[in-house]
This record gives sequence, C-alpha cells and structure tokens, in this order.
Amino acid sequence: MRVGVLALQGGFVEHVHALNKLGVSSLEIRSTQDLQTPFDALILPGGESTVMGRLLRELDLYYPLMDLIAQGMPVWGTCAGMILLASELEGEVNTHFALMPITVRRNAFGRQLGSFSSIGMFEGIGEIPMTFIRAPIIHGADKNVHMLAEYDGFSVAARYDTMLVTAFHPELTNDTRVLQYFLGMTGCRH
Amino acid sequence: MSERIELNKNLAQMLKGGVIMDVTSPEQARIAEDAGACAVMALERIPADIRAAGGVSRMSDPILIQQIQEAVSIPVMAKVRIGHIVEAQILEALEIDFIDESEVLSPADDLYHIDKQQFSVPFVCGARDLGEALRRIGEGASMIRTKGEPGTGDIIQAVRHMRLIQQQMRKVQSMREDELFEEAKLLQVPYNLLRIVFESGKLPVVNFAAGGVATPADAALMMQLGAEGVFVGSGIFKSGDPKKRANAIVKAVTNYQDPKILAELSKNLGEAMIGINEQEIALLMAERGV
Repeated sequence: MRVGVLALQGGFVEHVHALNKLGVSSLEIRSTQDLQTPFDALILPGGESTVMGRLLRELDLYYPLMDLIAQGMPVWGTCAGMILLASELEGEVNTHFALMPITVRRNAFGRQLGSFSSIGMFEGIGEIPMTFIRAPIIHGADKNVHMLAEYDGFSVAARYDTMLVTAFHPELTNDTRVLQYFLGMTGCRH
Repeated sequence: MSERIELNKNLAQMLKGGVIMDVTSPEQARIAEDAGACAVMALERIPADIRAAGGVSRMSDPILIQQIQEAVSIPVMAKVRIGHIVEAQILEALEIDFIDESEVLSPADDLYHIDKQQFSVPFVCGARDLGEALRRIGEGASMIRTKGEPGTGDIIQAVRHMRLIQQQMRKVQSMREDELFEEAKLLQVPYNLLRIVFESGKLPVVNFAAGGVATPADAALMMQLGAEGVFVGSGIFKSGDPKKRANAIVKAVTNYQDPKILAELSKNLGEAMIGINEQEIALLMAERGV
C-alpha cells in the first residue's frame, strides 16, 4: 500500500519518515501531477492551516482530495490537518474540507509559550506521548464522532468513519502506534 | 528546559516549506497572512528602509508588535539586537512566538550573543557558515537562517552562505570519526553538535534562507540549494504588487522543483524591488555577530 502525504507546507517530512520506518511507501502530494500515482490513504500534516487551505485551492488539489476523502479514503489529520477536516472553526467563517462534523478551536492553548508535551491515554492503544504545538482542540462534535483521547478535559483525538484527527503530533515522537492505528483503518496489511 | 527546547524546535519544523514575511503594520500582516505566509516578522522598518535611514536600529515598539499579534492567527516573530538580553525579555513578556536575534538591527554587544537557553520562547539566528550556525545552536537557537544581505534584493550572499553551510556539512560527513575533534576545534563549535551533523548530514534544527530574496525564482533557488523555507523581508512590500508577489513566492517554495509552475507564477508580478548590487553596499550587515 501507499500513503499520500499532503506536502504543501509544514511537517510533512516527519510523516514520511515515520512511514519509512514502518516500511510503508509514501507519496508527497504538492500538485495535481502527483495525483496520477495511486495511493490508498492520506495524511494531512501539521503546519499552518491558513497556508495549506489556500494552496489546496490555488494548486487545484482541493476538489480532487475532497472527493477522495468523501468517497471513503482513510485520512488522518494532525494539528493543522485536523483544522482542514473540521466542519466548523470557532470564531471563523472560512472552513476547508469541512468533512468531519467537529468544531475546532484554533490555537486553543495560546501562543508558542503555551506549547507543551504530555503523556495521555489513547483509546485502543494505551498511554502515548503527545506533543502539542500551538495546538487546536475539538470543542464540539456530532454524536457519531468517537472521541479517542483527552487532555485536561479537552478532546484532542477523534475518529469519524474513515477520518482520524489528532490535535497533537505523534510524528514528532519516536512512537509510531497512532500511525499503526491509522494504517489499521485502511484495512490493508502492512 | 530540554523539553522546552524540543517544543521550540518542533514549532520551527511546522514552519518548514513556508514563507515568513516582514511586515510593518497590521494591514501588511493581514495581506501577508492572506497571501499564504506561515508566519510574519513584525518590524517598524523593513531592512531596505533601515539601510536607507542609517542610525541605530532597535527592537520595534511593543504596541506595534501587539497590534500585529491581534491582526493575524499565524505565528508572529520580532527582532532584537544581537546580545540585547533585555529586548529579548520584553519580547518574551509579549508572548512572541519566535525571537530573531538579528544582524539587521544595530548590535548591542560585539562579543556575546544572548544565552538563548535562559528563555522559554524560541530564537532564530543568522549564519554565514557552519561554525556560526552551530555556535548559535549551542547558545540555544531553535532555528537557523542564512544571513544573506538584508534589504538589498540581491540573492548572491544568501546563495553563498547556503552553499557554504551545505558544503561544510558534506565535508564533516565524509570525515573519519576521529577527525571530528580537530574539526570542532577549527570551526570553534561544540563537539556534540558537530557529531550530530556527522551522523545526520543536517543541522540539528531547521535551516531557512534569508536576505535578498526578491522573486519566486530566488525563493525556489534557495530551496533547491537546501533551504527548508524562506524569509522574505524587503522583497515583498518594496515591490509593485505586494499581494501578488507574496502569493507567488509562497507557491514557488512549495513547488520549487517544478519549472512549469514556476514559469506560470513568475508572470506579470509587476516591478520587483530595485535592489542594490553587492559592490554598492556601504554597510555589510552579515558581518555583524559571528
């Protein structure tokens, strides 16, 4: 199997390295040309959601990727990637793919001084390291969205059908269990 | 403290593949954010104007920095003079996302840089070669950028600095392990940091290009030479159509290896900043703080 990693801006190389570590091939997606190579799952990395949202549209990747996700291609959004998937962004009119019925609060812990790392329970995995960088939180969700992890009472990971979101960055740690969890969602052997 | 340093390096990782733009007002900050900047650098005067004005150049007025922080949701950076511990403390009190200890401002100390490990907010510093880069990282910088020559619109110095850093890293990688001690002595850098370069072939922090980027092609050139992202100072708001140019540079950094896309987005950008050639420069900012 092959996992596409949106490579417009941000921490995409870290995801590619984690996939390499597990022996899964990856595909960096930065133009429509790249979509000609088939892939089975998609990762939306951390970075700045405003930048990625804009580039998705300007580089004509927005509708093709939205179709793939809507048709059930497994997708994992970390941090900014979670913002790209959210149907609502608190206090903002613009959304991006808006395919997952969650309300996300951007920069929920404030500026860089509010960034932190922690250890928390992830349902189905156990305790994992969690790195939050100017992180968002899930502030509200449709009842069909299943919450997977909390920090200090805030939801920071969730699953909805074939969509997985984490407000933190497993790809910045050496722990690949969340990635393995995601690969498990693809139904492929790896 | 080491956890803090890790988190600060992580923020720099999230800026990769992006463009950080100099802005001098909340309006410019919003234009930059709308054009796709991954962060903005809040300044009273862009480098080209600092160069033209002469005199002592200092940290910006905190009220301007706060207005810019309120205007955008992306990270906000600001500059302090080299070695000016108190300007850095002030920026930390403002909860700035990144401090640039910068040769663009007049140095406050001609010997010592700030001990950046004493701060919780991250620092980015300029470097012309591997020695400068590793010394700044040793002092606690979470991100490195080439110095280039700010405010000139001339890319030659940034190219020279990026090539030199990359060449020196390749040389270190090809060494015998027992030669690293002598190399650390020659470069005047901590051995443990040189060892990381030897093992990984990369700096232990993110490395951006800065100083003289004026066109999308300049930005893509720096990326092809090994930069992980680009700072654009005077190049945007000193040009004919800042919004369009800013957006084109953002796209050039993402698709730096695709000449067809680069050709398309280089069209009709209006006038680039006029710039100053290397030989015409009276003040070499890059020589500050080695």
